[in-house]
Amino acid sequence: MVTARLFDQAAEDLFGKGRLPSSIHTCIGEEAVPVGVCGVLKDDDYVLTTHRGHGWFVGKGAPVDRMMAELLGRSTGLCKGKSGSMHFVWPEKGLLGSNGIVGAGPPIAVGIGMAIKYRKKDQVVVVQFGDGASSEGSVHEAMNMAAVWKLPVIFALENNGYAISVSSRCVISVEHLAVRAAGYGMPGETVDGMDVVAVVAATEKAVKRARRGDGPTLLEFDTYRYHGHSRGDPMHGPYRTKEEVESWMAKDALKLILERGLVTAEEAADIEQGARAAIALAIEYAESSPEPAPEEALEDIWA
Amino acid sequence: MPEMSYIEAIREAFVEEMRGDDSIIVYGEDVRLGYAFGVTRGLVDEFGPERSFDSPMSEAAIVGSAVGAAMVGLRPVVEIQFSDFLTLTMDALVNQAAKVHYMSGGRLKAPLVVRAPFGTVGVFHGGPQHSQSLESWFMHVPGLKVATPSTPADAKGLLKTAIRDDSPVLFCEYKRLYGTKGFVPEGEHLVPFGKADIKRQGTHAMIVATAPMVAKALAAAETLSKEDGLDVLVLDMRTLSPLDKESLIACARKTNRVVIAEEDCKTGGVGGELAAILAEEAIDCLDAPIIRVAGIDAPIGATRSLEDFFVPDEKRIIDGVRRLFG
Repeated sequence: MVTARLFDQAAEDLFGKGRLPSSIHTCIGEEAVPVGVCGVLKDDDYVLTTHRGHGWFVGKGAPVDRMMAELLGRSTGLCKGKSGSMHFVWPEKGLLGSNGIVGAGPPIAVGIGMAIKYRKKDQVVVVQFGDGASSEGSVHEAMNMAAVWKLPVIFALENNGYAISVSSRCVISVEHLAVRAAGYGMPGETVDGMDVVAVVAATEKAVKRARRGDGPTLLEFDTYRYHGHSRGDPMHGPYRTKEEVESWMAKDALKLILERGLVTAEEAADIEQGARAAIALAIEYAESSPEPAPEEALEDIWA
Repeated sequence: MPEMSYIEAIREAFVEEMRGDDSIIVYGEDVRLGYAFGVTRGLVDEFGPERSFDSPMSEAAIVGSAVGAAMVGLRPVVEIQFSDFLTLTMDALVNQAAKVHYMSGGRLKAPLVVRAPFGTVGVFHGGPQHSQSLESWFMHVPGLKVATPSTPADAKGLLKTAIRDDSPVLFCEYKRLYGTKGFVPEGEHLVPFGKADIKRQGTHAMIVATAPMVAKALAAAETLSKEDGLDVLVLDMRTLSPLDKESLIACARKTNRVVIAEEDCKTGGVGGELAAILAEEAIDCLDAPIIRVAGIDAPIGATRSLEDFFVPDEKRIIDGVRRLFG
């Protein structure tokens, strides 16, 4: 979680200094969800993420130096500089793609679930999406398909309350999106996404159910992004009050872990020091790597 | 070489490929019973419900799930019941399937095939939402291959190639052609992508045709031979992506006069691209302006008079060739 936070803080810092060529969407504040969910998964379980996916890649074990190189558009990046922040992949750890299209991930997860079931593998697929995506038709199609075919899919809905600037309250008619699961005939649960212990517990239940062959689960994680939707969108002001942002920061996931004594202050300091060193090395690695040669634009179009 | 229909040829490709590769699964709406045109009928009997099955009526998720299944090692072949419904799958085709390989820096691939029946039927009239030919939209997308078979033999050979291809393929089938018959090679008959086929040799002019217009172009060429003494070459592009520019240009250089025939609306259609290639790379050899014989720029009405007015026939192709000799 610390690495996930520091990675995104570093990315914002680099963006602010004009050293990052494409857009970024940070998950600062939301880390307990990706890291908690991924903590339950095996290396060969699959994960699909949204544009706000860096934390999931850290959580599932993608190398942060290759991630940073991808953000900086370098040939040593996860995808040779072709994906930028929004289309990371790291198949070695089952990370089959971030996605720049809101709502595109769930149908792809259904297909991965179909293949797992067809080949009778002991794997699951987790697909992250947001409250904004919950209004996309493709998400509804995917949930119905996964449920009717009892596929090993976990729908991980990060409800951070806002689809860019639009509050969920204005565009979603239910308070908890987890209730929609009933309409597809699968379990749904609303989980405190700031509490990593709760995230782990809910995910364990869903993963067990998926591995048993009983089908998908919708997990709605209540969470909050501390910063704007993307760079250029301020932390608070146009659509969120300072008080609201601060009220979520008061229940910060990292702080909660310390308060509960899950790690000591000393351990936390060690973890942070290690993470800072890794991020510093990642930036050094990325910045010393070359950009792809222009003619590489013509490679990897056809498989 | 057995004679069979376009539908039977497609089904033969399915059966041969599915027997040899258990990573191939076939699904879509009404696939089990083979509605609406019967192409997949019977596959479930040989291959079972795990490999040939009905999906919910969810076009976006049908193609989206095919992308996911393909990314992890299956070779899904999915059906969209009418090509007009491809509008509901655009994100999965354009932003997902066609981009997976590139976005992942070559680390992932999506070997899926999306089949759909294109164009008008002729014997009944589907109207504005069941008759269109939208192939040109898809040849515009790098990373997506587009096959447009005009004969049973090409249908079998191109589908077998499509299924084995590691890139996503949109396989355009033609309602007008489903019942047409032709000789089809048995067994391992593979038609390469990006290789146009000269369906009739000629030296005086060329008709470049796609899919259902090929047969009409051949009939037009026969008439022009008898009535005008013209020796007209007919070139069938066979795949729109990759596009066989070399054959297109070589045939233009041989004949010096070109008509392009397609069933799509004229504006922004396949013919416009073919004409632009010839204008850019072979205009020096042309003795007359390129003529496009295409559908009119209007929706396709649901009755005979309106549909017939839309769809170019043999006579319009003949008129086009005659105009070349002004």
